[in-house]
Amino acid sequence: MISAAAKSWESMLTLVFALGFVLFSLTSPYFLSVDTLSDATFNFTERAIVALPLALLIIAGEIDISVAGIIALASVAMGLAAEQGAGTGTVVAAGLGTGLAAGCINGALVTLGRVPAIVATIGTMTLFRGAAYAVLGDRVLKNYPDGFAIFGQGYLVGPVSIELALFVVLAVAAALFLHGSRWGRVVYAIGANPVATRFAGIAVDRYRFALFALTGLASGLAAVLLTSRLGSTRPSIAQGWELEIISIVILGGVSVWGGKGSILGVVLAALVFGLVTFGLGLMNIPGIVMSIFTGALLILVVAVPALVQRK
Amino acid sequence: MTHAARKRGSQVARRDLQFALLTLALLAAVVWAFPGFASPDNLAALLDDTAILVMLALGQMLVILVRGIDLSVAANLALCGMLAALFNRAFPELGVLPVLALTLAAGGLLGALNGILVWKLRLPPIVVTLGTMSVYRGVIYLLSGGEWVNDNEMSPAFVAFTRAEFLGLTSLSWLALICAVAFMLLLRRLPLARNFYAAGGNPEAAAYSGIDAGRMQFLAYVVCGAIAGLAGYLWVARFAVAYTDIALGFELQVIAACLIGGVAIGGGVGSALGVVLGCLFLGIIRNSLPLVGISAFWQMFINGMVILAAVLLSARQQRQPRTTTLEVARD
Repeated sequence: MISAAAKSWESMLTLVFALGFVLFSLTSPYFLSVDTLSDATFNFTERAIVALPLALLIIAGEIDISVAGIIALASVAMGLAAEQGAGTGTVVAAGLGTGLAAGCINGALVTLGRVPAIVATIGTMTLFRGAAYAVLGDRVLKNYPDGFAIFGQGYLVGPVSIELALFVVLAVAAALFLHGSRWGRVVYAIGANPVATRFAGIAVDRYRFALFALTGLASGLAAVLLTSRLGSTRPSIAQGWELEIISIVILGGVSVWGGKGSILGVVLAALVFGLVTFGLGLMNIPGIVMSIFTGALLILVVAVPALVQRK
Repeated sequence: MTHAARKRGSQVARRDLQFALLTLALLAAVVWAFPGFASPDNLAALLDDTAILVMLALGQMLVILVRGIDLSVAANLALCGMLAALFNRAFPELGVLPVLALTLAAGGLLGALNGILVWKLRLPPIVVTLGTMSVYRGVIYLLSGGEWVNDNEMSPAFVAFTRAEFLGLTSLSWLALICAVAFMLLLRRLPLARNFYAAGGNPEAAAYSGIDAGRMQFLAYVVCGAIAGLAGYLWVARFAVAYTDIALGFELQVIAACLIGGVAIGGGVGSALGVVLGCLFLGIIRNSLPLVGISAFWQMFINGMVILAAVLLSARQQRQPRTTTLEVARD
């Protein structure tokens, strides 16, 4: 399933990662330590967990811009549950449930409502983030139960955080699903030609709905991890993350026109993203200047293959 | 004009009429509950408050008509606003005219960068403008060093321009009105402007009649960018402050106004009147919220509901088999 072009793309990402790694180890004396690198993983794990199902969705020719809005809404739901004195289990369930429900709303709008995905999720992005603001206003929720901190702050073994372990497990699952199962081939087929796929007797809309629901659920999970790590909820939580998450997916070699991409590419892109943002942070470069870099990278990633093809 | 195009034209006109009635009904409901809302002063303030949105949405409509989207408008606005403020701080004696020229040109250039990437490299518009959106924001920080330009660093003429009144309306409102009328007339009458519809409605057919769809996309981005640049100066002068994060996320309100106004994301369908009405609809809601006693924090949620209602309704009205849209969008 992985073509030669995709393989060369993935080797290029690996090369970029290796170069960056060497560069940062040489320029910053603090970079090359187990503790630092372990901390650095928090820069991408939550985003990358959403990037996995979003990659499937984009390969299937759809898109979801509302992921950061879902994270905010799910975080607010958890904060409200915690305020009512709910235990850790209930709080987590509130986050995951809200994410899943939000994903189902997106799926329903696209499959039942026949609204193009970009339009539908621009609407729900405004709606979900708006609901977070409407409920919280300028309040902050932070009465989380004691056990709740473990998800975003706990470690499984040594320097391996629970977030990182979770991401690895989910990445393997996503790769098995996309590259090793019948359903994965259908996802490619839908992205490459939805009409032909429907004529092949496949319930295309059912896949679309499921992928939106899955992306919502993953956003809910990211909300659990992020909220647990920060220990508080503001309506502006995860602001602008949709851009970064979509950038990771596209940097990973997934085509916005659908039908192309691999999980390995997305994982490598997440690593590169985490490395670059963390390394630039070590060099005291402010986040807003980093956005020049991520934005330019995003355009370069699609421009270079287009330039090569023109010749 | 083909039969299909004529039919589509009358559908758009009917939708505009329905939406105009709906907007009037909303206005009437607010006025019925709060008679003060209908005072000339308040309506003038409403127009002033909506003016920048109207201008940006008209530019955005042009881009969406040719199957593009411009997510970088708000960042373009903020960058050109900062340019205007810095230029004015350096040369306060030069007055407003050079500032207007500078922001129009700078905005047009930023738009042209989007346009060239979409036209010559055939890159997906959403990826290009997502990228330039964060690049432009970052550049503001580099330009300003993260500092604010406050009103005491702005020349009196710079700030006074947007607030100058003529026949009871601010110059800001007049600019928006001029833009709106120009778009309505030009899109109907000017052959070049009609090509935007042709290029977005059916690029292949347009190519056979000698229209380069890619070039029309480029032009749309330049116009959209130039308007955003001008709006940058207007925004900074109106609020008398410039900093990195002004108009953060405003691109979504602009796109929302287009969608509510009946512009189809697939291209080729939309009217300037509909877009202006979409802006006014959002403006009336925003300005009546405090009267009804609903906190401003609900604004975004209500916008989301309005967008979804609008796109669901138009999806229902069009009822095209979705597969055709996908096929056309793919090549």
